[in-house]
Amino acid sequence: MAAPQALKDSLGAVDVARESSAASPRPSRDSAARRPLTGWLFVAPTGIVVAGLFLAPLVILVYMSFTDWPLLGSPVPNGLDNYRSLGDDDLFVGAITFTLVYTAITTVVLFLIAFVLVAISNSARRGVRFYRTAYFLPYVVGVAAASTMWWLDAQDQIGLFNQVLKGLGLIDQPVGFLETPGKALFTVIALVVWKFIGFQVIVLLVGLQSIPHEYYEAAKVDGASTWQRLRYITVPSLKPTLALLTVLSITGSLLAFDQFYVLTHGGPDNSTVTVVLALYNRAFQSFQLGDAAAQAVVLLVVLVVINVIQLRLLRNRES
Amino acid sequence: MTRPLRTALFHGWSAALAIAFLFPLLWALLNSLKTTDEANQQPPTWFPHSLSLDNYRNLTTFDQGIGTYLVNSILVSAITVIGSVVVCVLGGYGFARFTFRGKSLLFGSTLAILMVPYATILLPLYILLSRIGLGNTLLGLALVLVMFQLPFGIFLMRNSFEAIPRELEEAALVDGCSSFGAFRHVSLRIVLPGAVTVALFSFLTSWNEYLAPLIFLNDGSKYTLPVMLVNIRYASYNIIDFGALQAGIVIAMVPCLVVYLLLQRFYVSGLVAGALRG
Repeated sequence: MAAPQALKDSLGAVDVARESSAASPRPSRDSAARRPLTGWLFVAPTGIVVAGLFLAPLVILVYMSFTDWPLLGSPVPNGLDNYRSLGDDDLFVGAITFTLVYTAITTVVLFLIAFVLVAISNSARRGVRFYRTAYFLPYVVGVAAASTMWWLDAQDQIGLFNQVLKGLGLIDQPVGFLETPGKALFTVIALVVWKFIGFQVIVLLVGLQSIPHEYYEAAKVDGASTWQRLRYITVPSLKPTLALLTVLSITGSLLAFDQFYVLTHGGPDNSTVTVVLALYNRAFQSFQLGDAAAQAVVLLVVLVVINVIQLRLLRNRES
Repeated sequence: MTRPLRTALFHGWSAALAIAFLFPLLWALLNSLKTTDEANQQPPTWFPHSLSLDNYRNLTTFDQGIGTYLVNSILVSAITVIGSVVVCVLGGYGFARFTFRGKSLLFGSTLAILMVPYATILLPLYILLSRIGLGNTLLGLALVLVMFQLPFGIFLMRNSFEAIPRELEEAALVDGCSSFGAFRHVSLRIVLPGAVTVALFSFLTSWNEYLAPLIFLNDGSKYTLPVMLVNIRYASYNIIDFGALQAGIVIAMVPCLVVYLLLQRFYVSGLVAGALRG
């Protein structure tokens, strides 16, 4: 959930690590740095976990993708078969389009609503702290619990949403929030906005508050209008934050699983199956680990490419 | 517009939004406190006519009983939190203070965990865990959750240690402390806030994680709370007990809300440290 951050930092951070190893040893001061063995002891647990539970599985994943591997049987290498037949899995192919549509809508809607909430949260008025906390709280509830809650709330007869709409006199008949593909997608996006927007708001707020006040004061002295201050100070200063949030929203949405698995279960009629849901079905409903691994490798490559592009852009800006 | 009018509009609008965000949480709590009959009544009542813990009691007889799932969730979270803090504090110190062969490679590999979509790596992990005897175990699940915490945790702890002046530690070394002694007595105290942040994030992630336990655990007595919740939703489609489900949701979310409200400042500082540098 909250591990997003270091993404954009990672390259810069690697550089720092490199520099410090290149600059060493600084003779008299770094007495500790001179004992490489001690250093290794401190990072040994990290090394074991990273090698055993991250690098090794990556290798296994690639191997799996070149085999016919039934969930309860033993693997038989089958070359590129799994990759050749990627297009034959209709559920997977359909899921790609759906996931892209979902990602695009979610990213735009999240930003639009986040701007409204940030405007409120950034106000100096009384009571703003309460509003800020209210908008953020759903973020700490788990996706599975939140999705289960929304599934209940979306029910026709007993659910909260229909009850509220009826109470306000807006509807006579229950809406059927999960009945059609369109309504199901709408409901999931509403859930995602409710659940995740707090993160976006906090990150934007911290970004806003880190812009030096002097900029605005200087602009005021120069007679800049509110609009000009927004256009020439706020937006450019927030660019890295906006870029980071865009990438996080895109990568997060491309990997959506819990909310669909619980709220719509891919329905009605497989209209809301995401890529990860299709992959999960391939592995654990159809028991084809090899095919699922090939799908996973494709997904992995796409996301690594997105992340690398993002890092490139960031680096160019910095240099 | 006059000032008071503008202020009133601001608060009206902001408060309406706040209610929209909070009401589903409150609604789950209210419903969980109704009697079983009232909680399953159509259309629903707005407020409980009488308060009752029936729904929570009903959960004790669902499958293995709520107690089993609660204990499983607590175990997984405890192992994940302790594991993440220990590995990240030690590793962060190692990366911040020492020079050794393969340092950049290991640091880069750790951060690369963020680049790889975690859903894709659960598949080989499922195979790997079962081959090394950790398949279908809470320990195996927790170790994987520790791995997912590393990029954030190592990065945060390394930065925390780097912010401490070396002179402070060197003074301790001169005074006859061992390198581990200097680490323990001097640096560790100063980076405590960072460690709390790592613990907080590990707790929230492990408590809420759904896909990993769904894949790794195939024995009902090992399930964690989120898996149980979704099972209630699917298990008996037609005779679903809405009150019990609401109670389950409350049990799953209250620890997160409480922990967050208590440790809010560490949470935000973690976001700032991680998300907004560079």
